[in-house]
Amino acid sequence: MLTDSDLQALWLTARLAGIVTAILLLLGTPIAWWLARTKAWWKGPVGAVVALPLVLPPSVLGFYLLLAMGPHGPVGQLTQTLGIGLLPFTFWGLVIASVFYSLPFMVQPLQTAFEAVGDRPLEVAATLRASPLDAFFTVAVPLAGPGFLTASVLTFAHTVGEFGVVLMIGGNLPGVTRVASVQIYDYVEGLEYSEAHRLAAVMLIFSFLVLLAMYAWRPNSRTET
Amino acid sequence: MKTKSLPKAILAACALLLSLSAQAGKITVAAAADLKFAMDEIVTIFKQANPGDEVVVIYGSSGKFHTQIRQGAPYDLYFSADIAFPRELAKSGFAAATVKPYALGRIVLWSANLDASRMTLANLTDAKITRIAIANPKHAPYGKRAEEALRSSGLWEKVDPKLVYGENIAQTAQFVLTGNAQVGIVALSLAVNPELSSKGGYWLIPDNLHKPLEQGFIITKRAEGNAVAKRFADYLDSKPARAVMTRYGFVLPGETARK
Repeated sequence: MLTDSDLQALWLTARLAGIVTAILLLLGTPIAWWLARTKAWWKGPVGAVVALPLVLPPSVLGFYLLLAMGPHGPVGQLTQTLGIGLLPFTFWGLVIASVFYSLPFMVQPLQTAFEAVGDRPLEVAATLRASPLDAFFTVAVPLAGPGFLTASVLTFAHTVGEFGVVLMIGGNLPGVTRVASVQIYDYVEGLEYSEAHRLAAVMLIFSFLVLLAMYAWRPNSRTET
Repeated sequence: MKTKSLPKAILAACALLLSLSAQAGKITVAAAADLKFAMDEIVTIFKQANPGDEVVVIYGSSGKFHTQIRQGAPYDLYFSADIAFPRELAKSGFAAATVKPYALGRIVLWSANLDASRMTLANLTDAKITRIAIANPKHAPYGKRAEEALRSSGLWEKVDPKLVYGENIAQTAQFVLTGNAQVGIVALSLAVNPELSSKGGYWLIPDNLHKPLEQGFIITKRAEGNAVAKRFADYLDSKPARAVMTRYGFVLPGETARK
């Protein structure tokens, strides 16, 4: 059976992934919308920055974040003046790191979905005197619905699968930064293979079910629309 | 023409790679993170003394290397911060020769921005100190000794909420170096390195507060009969290598610890 600390790690992982997904829905949607609609020359550079975490090693991100959020880094000095203290080794530090790390997993599917909506429905909405904001919420968002689901599932799952960045800035605190992936790593390091097996199996089944649900849902949505 | 020559080129490249990896004279050493600076120096002087030999060192946590060697990792020598790991490997037949103790490690209290040389463990309860880094006691030998020292000083309960855990002793030092933890309990061998000792200061934790950090190494089964591995293992007993180890604060077999 899973131990209390396993359940704690799983709950922490779920909470982290849930919060990160919620933040990225708010943050990623306008970015994706802008990327899908704009013809500005800096669409390319912005798109590249958003995609960076896809190719950047987690150690690079972890290293920069550790320095930036530390007492001598710009973020660290800001959080200290604001009275929040330092972010490494805290839950919210992990949230911020994960927001960066999972950004492309939210933005890219949304951007594709918005691009697929095209100009036409929005032009029609405009002729019916819908304001751009109105058209966005009543036309673009419902049409991009499957995109929102894909983006949210991928963001959630990717945050659950995070390891390298957490290892670098987490400090392995039970209930605070010791997520399931780190807990498994600890078990393996401590040669506690049977404990590692149990938690690893939970992660494997969870990941499979999430992806299965997503792929099972997709073809149906196609026939509906 | 082109399509025909391509597979040949790939085969040739593969053959070249194989011949390179089979070349004698190169060994891979897996070493505990506390050896980082000392081992780098020893390898440098070893290469000067043995120009034909190539030594690649990988640093990490002793526990991880132990697992990896069990799974067939291509390491020729394994230097563990805890002699229990190589002993276990030797018992399971993963060693080419007997386990050799090479040093006793020491732990220190170290800070990058406070003068830890004027501190003792009791200062850790100070309200100004909010984060203390130690290596993960669950699997890192230095972390285990740090926990023992805190427990035998009766401070564990009080400092426990302030602790953050490094994956190995080098990461623990890195948490302190970046200032994310004000102090840490790290290996003396890391704290004496100029990069670390130039900042803050360290206080040697009395060795009667914790069990000895007995460190040992093995030549792995795969390196059985490998002349370079044997040469390197023997070299650790040489005068120059011992001098390096002593300079980094290791207590060598047959010597006594400073208090």
